[in-house]
Amino acid sequence: MNHPLRENTLRYDPDHCVGCGVCSAVCPHGVFSQNGRVAELSNPEACMECGACQLNCPSGAIFVDSGVGCAYLMMKQALLGEKKTAECSC
Amino acid sequence: MTITDAAIGPPLVRETDSILTPANKWDHFLARWGYNRNGHRVEAGLYALGDPTPASPVFVTANYTLSFDALRSSLEGTDGYILVLDTEGINVWCAAGKKTFGTEELVHRIRATRLEGVVEHRRLILPQLGAPGISGQEVKRRSGFKVDFGPVRAKDLPAYMKTGEAAPEMRQVRFDLWDRIVLIPVELVQVLLPMLAAAIILFFAAGPLAAVSAVVTVLAGAALFPVLLPWIPTSAFSTKGFLLGGVAAMPFAVTAFVTNPSTLWWDRLGWPLVYVLTMPPVAAFLALNFTGASTFTSRSWVKREIFTYVPIMAIMIVTGILIVATLLLIPFLGGTG
Repeated sequence: MNHPLRENTLRYDPDHCVGCGVCSAVCPHGVFSQNGRVAELSNPEACMECGACQLNCPSGAIFVDSGVGCAYLMMKQALLGEKKTAECSC
Repeated sequence: MTITDAAIGPPLVRETDSILTPANKWDHFLARWGYNRNGHRVEAGLYALGDPTPASPVFVTANYTLSFDALRSSLEGTDGYILVLDTEGINVWCAAGKKTFGTEELVHRIRATRLEGVVEHRRLILPQLGAPGISGQEVKRRSGFKVDFGPVRAKDLPAYMKTGEAAPEMRQVRFDLWDRIVLIPVELVQVLLPMLAAAIILFFAAGPLAAVSAVVTVLAGAALFPVLLPWIPTSAFSTKGFLLGGVAAMPFAVTAFVTNPSTLWWDRLGWPLVYVLTMPPVAAFLALNFTGASTFTSRSWVKREIFTYVPIMAIMIVTGILIVATLLLIPFLGGTG
């Protein structure tokens, strides 16, 4: 029932891709697919900016400004000052 | 356990099994209701499941009881090791977001349990949703262990173990009706006290209808919203909440209009207006806060929602409160005539 919310900071540069396929393996929303030699963006608007692909890409082909899309946490951080470690309760 | 503790004596391996006892299920029930929220923990460290040999697979999970129990109960009949990271009682995905289910902790836990002396292979199977916190290459470089990201859900592990590969649907996170329903108790518990306080104050200030409206608004935003999420039109959580709150406000507005014997136009229209102004933004705010529990909202999106809709919520609430204050004060100011 995923109806992804189209707004994210995902950037992918196929020129740097080495075709290892780890991005397709770690992405929980099927954003990448392995088609031929390199990965391709098959569903970029589904990206939720979890950052798993960037962290595990061996060749730096992926950039995403990752973070947790939680309104409660973000408003709490805004009110208490930008404390990156501010705890949410989950 | 610290590295120094581990250096003394043989590696400590605890034992576990795949059986969920009534005590485990009671613990899960309490966790779902948010009781002792951070207290549902297992000891971090290495566990033997069944009768493992040095060739047996190693599965990694969080020290949240729901995570650990989902893993071990899914591995019935499998002999293996479970390496539990200290995520402070938080589930794998959320902990990965905070990096407590992270590269640092994994490398530390491999050393602390002296895993390299327990198994002869150098491979770890991690839940896919641990990937936002774990860099496979860095773990390999620092510990010698290769990280394989298994399926999203533990129950798909037996199929994954057979083929060594996760089918595409095992790699997709879902948010089905039941996944959303199990979150409702925690959502309700979190807002229970403010709701009761609002209901009591409204009961004495404005009567039983207003008190009931507080309860209905919270039920709409925190219980009905998660259930209806995919079917409410519009894509933003806030606008979905506004819609739901608006529908919930209608019976109250109509009741307030019909049952008010007053002949003064502002008195007859004032109360219905208050319901229409206050119930939707509160439901919308609760809906917006459900983004963190959902499985697909990005931070960029949520940020835009906050900047777009929170000011509207604030204006509606403040206007509603001002109207209530006016309606309640006018009789004392001798304005009723």
